[in-house]
Amino acid sequence: MTLLTINELNKKFISKNGETQALKDIEMTVERGELITIIGPSGCGKSTLLKIIAGLDTEVSGTVTIDGQEVSGPSIDKGFIFQEPRLFPWHTVEKNIAANFSLKNKEVKAEVAALIKLVKLDGFSKSYPRELSGGMAQRAAIARALLRNPKVLLLDEPFGALDAFTRTHMQDALLNIWQENKTTMLFVTHDLDEAIYLGNKVVIMNARPGSIQKVVDINLPYPRKKTDNAFQSYRQQILHEFEKTEQANQPLQAVIGGRPL
Amino acid sequence: MSNNSELLYGNTVVKKMSKNQKKGKPLPSKTIIFLRGMLFPVLLMAVWEAAGIYGFVSETLLPRPSEIFIAFIDLLTAGNLLYHFQVSFLRAIVGFLIGGSLGLLAGLAVGFSSKMEHTLDPTMQMLRTIPTLAVIPLFILWFGFGEVSKVLLIAKGAFFPLYVNAFLGIRSVDGKMFEVARILQFSKWKQITNLIIPSALPNILLGLRLALGAAWLALVAAELMGSSEGIGYLITDARQFSQTTVVFVGIIIFAVFGKVSDSFIRVFERRLLKWQDSFKG
Repeated sequence: MTLLTINELNKKFISKNGETQALKDIEMTVERGELITIIGPSGCGKSTLLKIIAGLDTEVSGTVTIDGQEVSGPSIDKGFIFQEPRLFPWHTVEKNIAANFSLKNKEVKAEVAALIKLVKLDGFSKSYPRELSGGMAQRAAIARALLRNPKVLLLDEPFGALDAFTRTHMQDALLNIWQENKTTMLFVTHDLDEAIYLGNKVVIMNARPGSIQKVVDINLPYPRKKTDNAFQSYRQQILHEFEKTEQANQPLQAVIGGRPL
Repeated sequence: MSNNSELLYGNTVVKKMSKNQKKGKPLPSKTIIFLRGMLFPVLLMAVWEAAGIYGFVSETLLPRPSEIFIAFIDLLTAGNLLYHFQVSFLRAIVGFLIGGSLGLLAGLAVGFSSKMEHTLDPTMQMLRTIPTLAVIPLFILWFGFGEVSKVLLIAKGAFFPLYVNAFLGIRSVDGKMFEVARILQFSKWKQITNLIIPSALPNILLGLRLALGAAWLALVAAELMGSSEGIGYLITDARQFSQTTVVFVGIIIFAVFGKVSDSFIRVFERRLLKWQDSFKG
């Protein structure tokens, strides 16, 4: 069943230097329960796309619909995980997850406790963010988004700032949550391995202007192994796609003079 | 997925340790910290007392600490020190409450609305630079030597530190956290109580401490300009009769009470800002 549809989405940034087409003719559909990873070079508009879906950026042409409703602003049914955890430093983990809901409400309290278990932060509910490691803080942020029962969880390079070991832990943690909660997720990354490891589909984006080049279905069972031959051949296939765009972009780059997008 | 979640998720606690803890030394206890603070004053008083006993300094200009203490006891029992203290305390508190709350309100208003900032802030910044001592003559002309001019002078002293710091606190809220508040669909009220006030709190508390200090300073200025009661009056009166000991008693009362009120706010600060992760020396 289709959850999210993007139709003829275009986004332009207007600055002193003129117009920049950040996104061009984006068409996309996401089925309920999918985990889609979006990958592309920096400046391809993947984060912009995520912000538009979240409703944080509404100055666009084209439509984004979730469950038949057009997105017009941010709301709790679209969870968003930023690259940094962005927890409230003055609240404990528990209160951070609850945020604008009251912990005095027994239902909220029970749900928060269940989520703390789900993200494996047992025993840290009364800790302050400064006492957590980067990975733990990011898991608390995921729990905060999940408490709102979002229809879709949007993740903007959430593990980008973590070290390689923690990153692997977090990828497995996210897959675990996805399999238990069946939350639809859109995951933006610039890490090729991460994209293939997590996604049931990998959306390859292209810069100048930001557009979708190809969608690759990853038909591998979970948990995946990064060293498997099948994994590696997907890797080759996606890398090949990037090479094609680079070749196509070279003359264009010369014209623009390497102006960053 | 794997069962051994401890390993898989790698839960580690980042416990902040002080330098002493890292070396394996126990943290200094409250008594030790207190004794460290007392070290300097006690040493100073000992030297001072000795200098007086051996006649290095004139008794009338610099009376010995023991004599000051005796004068303090005398004033407490025979004189009405407590009454004068009460008068001063009341002036300071009333002035502080009026000036501080107005300063806080103005700072919040200007912080929340850029329109308010444009209309109010330039005037405020201009008024802020006028020294308290310079307006004393004006206040006396307007309100006479009575309580009103004193309280208003103290209020003026307390107003600006809170105004400036409340304004600054609100404007330094992280814009990225506002994005989070939008995503979580905070109501306007929740945005204020859960985001703006907590993140402005360190600045507001600092403003409170500075305002209290300024109120205290203004109190002394107000009482020295002419009054018939209060600690400031005690000091001016004693000066006329060359009672240096009483002058010292007055000064010490100002000093001790200033420190006590500052510590009082520090306790609040520590409790309200325990989430902060800052350098502790």
